[in-house]
Amino acid sequence: MQKYLVRRLGLAVVTIIAVSLIIFIMSRASGDPRHIMLDDYSTDEDWERMGQVLGLDKPYWQQYLIFLRDAVQGDLGQSVKEGRPVTDVILERLPATLYLGLTAFAISLLVGIPLGILSSIKRGSLIDQIGKIVAMLGQSAPPFWLGIMLIIFFAVAWEILPPYGWDDWNSIVLPAVTLGWYYAAANLRLVRSAMLDVLDSEYIKLARAKGVPYRGVVLRHAFRNALIPPLTFAGVTLGALVTGSLVVETVFAWPGLGKLAIDALFAFDYPLLQGVVIVFTLLYVLAAFSVDVLYAYIDPRIRYA
Amino acid sequence: MAADVGGVLTPSKTTGFRLSGIYYFFRRWPVIPVFLLALVLFAGVTAPLIAPHDPNLQSLTERKQPPFWYSAKTETQIQTVVQRVLPGSAPQISLSDAQKINPAAQIGDTIEVEQVLRPGGSTKFLLGSDQLGRDILSRIIYGARISLLAAAVTLVVGGCVGVLLGLVAGWYGGLVDEAVMRFVDILLAIPLVLIALVMVATLGASLTIIVAVLTIFIWPRFARQLRGEVLQLKNMDFVSLARVAGASTPRILFVHIFPGTINTLIVVATLQVGIVILLEATLSFLGAGVPPPTATWGGMVSDGRNYLAGGFTTGSWWISTFPGIAIVLTVMSLNLFGDWLRDKLDPRLRQIE
Repeated sequence: MQKYLVRRLGLAVVTIIAVSLIIFIMSRASGDPRHIMLDDYSTDEDWERMGQVLGLDKPYWQQYLIFLRDAVQGDLGQSVKEGRPVTDVILERLPATLYLGLTAFAISLLVGIPLGILSSIKRGSLIDQIGKIVAMLGQSAPPFWLGIMLIIFFAVAWEILPPYGWDDWNSIVLPAVTLGWYYAAANLRLVRSAMLDVLDSEYIKLARAKGVPYRGVVLRHAFRNALIPPLTFAGVTLGALVTGSLVVETVFAWPGLGKLAIDALFAFDYPLLQGVVIVFTLLYVLAAFSVDVLYAYIDPRIRYA
Repeated sequence: MAADVGGVLTPSKTTGFRLSGIYYFFRRWPVIPVFLLALVLFAGVTAPLIAPHDPNLQSLTERKQPPFWYSAKTETQIQTVVQRVLPGSAPQISLSDAQKINPAAQIGDTIEVEQVLRPGGSTKFLLGSDQLGRDILSRIIYGARISLLAAAVTLVVGGCVGVLLGLVAGWYGGLVDEAVMRFVDILLAIPLVLIALVMVATLGASLTIIVAVLTIFIWPRFARQLRGEVLQLKNMDFVSLARVAGASTPRILFVHIFPGTINTLIVVATLQVGIVILLEATLSFLGAGVPPPTATWGGMVSDGRNYLAGGFTTGSWWISTFPGIAIVLTVMSLNLFGDWLRDKLDPRLRQIE
């Protein structure tokens, strides 16, 4: 177990370093930030002084190490566009993204798991057919299109939900459904096939032969084992919800990190973009790591794999 | 429990023999997915021949034309005839315009005027036109090219790199294996869309850059799968026999082991095509894809976002909707076809999503 944990932690740390390195290289490859920060009237002296303030006169590897050191201390530099520390801007936007991501996560579990169980018990029934359509649409429809379709129907044509922004309690519904749908579909498929495998196993047959009623078998024996695949997948889901928010927040103008990243990208605000990408990566890696640990704790087989 | 798949044990009582025969044919063979995929492929390859219009030809007088089945929507309004229409006042119509409708109209009369809320569709633009008056159907046909090209190049390059590294890692094991697989782990742990977005934004949006970025993130999936296969195959007798017969390592890898992995490879590739198409569309949608005016499905969905107001009565919903349907049908067909291939060629892969 310890060896597994160390290995997993090592991967998480290396991933974060790799991403920070990619981001650093990209930010330097995109050109000198002084071109954006200084105007035509600035002198060569200003140019030099700005370079010293930003640390651009040092060699690249030193710049990277300074960047890492500051980042660890929570200092991600100054946003060019907003003129404030990047950390402040990010902390301001983080709650909206977490709220959206966790709501979508809850939807993916609360819709995916019950539908998966029902469609495995009542195979070929109406609910199984509905489940199939939900799953198929979720796995092939890009979220940006799904979001636009939901806006057309629910916000524009029927006017029952707000189309964008975060003003009302029901603003969350459309973005969260859009974001959660794909993962609900994935959970549905995973639970369904796991349930079918479990229901076909020897110990379920034994329980039935001993006279345990069908309902009891499903709830007490099959259900527990069928929860393992979605749990494994939860790490992927939680992490991917973070990235999914890029698209969904853009579609719904949701005031979170995803929209911030896109805005920073097109405003060439590299310090801000760097910061958001690093925070996103942290969330992503953290989610995957904690779920892997939880999983190894629940299912001992994985520790020795 | 009733594990009666598709009524195998208890034949349906209501459907006759012929009908169930057709039903089983469609169940057994992925007819519809293959047909749709062939259609997309055909559209992509022969785009200049079959597209009804130039995909980039703008027509300012024919902006936001609805699809062909749409009838014009009009509203009757009562307007007062005046000499000159003043802006922002009650519904008015100028004398000259009023006399076109009713030659007897005089100033001060009220007259019923047909207001066109939305023009009707025509067969010129089968699926309507976008905000610049470009034909949506033609753009969807040309957009298939970009999707197919991105998917094909990414898969060929990424597939080759992945296969090569997977073979080497699985065959040599030890330090080589460790190095390659840790690299794969890192690449798979990176939030893909985010990094791709940053890279495309920095290096410039062009098809080459997008394909290169996508390739970097696709090859690890092949490498991981191939490595697993090689680990299983390399201990089999035929490998030892080939070695005894004097075959060199490259020969064993490519002539003896590689053919054994082709089934897996085809299945993985089919399922990855859908992922690549979705990724390319996502990047295009976010504005970091192949730059306009080139028609891309993701970019077209993005184009229509600002013209939703008015819904189904006066809004231009078709601009976003149809390219999205093209994406959904293509990816869905790929998934269904991939699932079918997996069950046919390699049932062991069932567990891998």
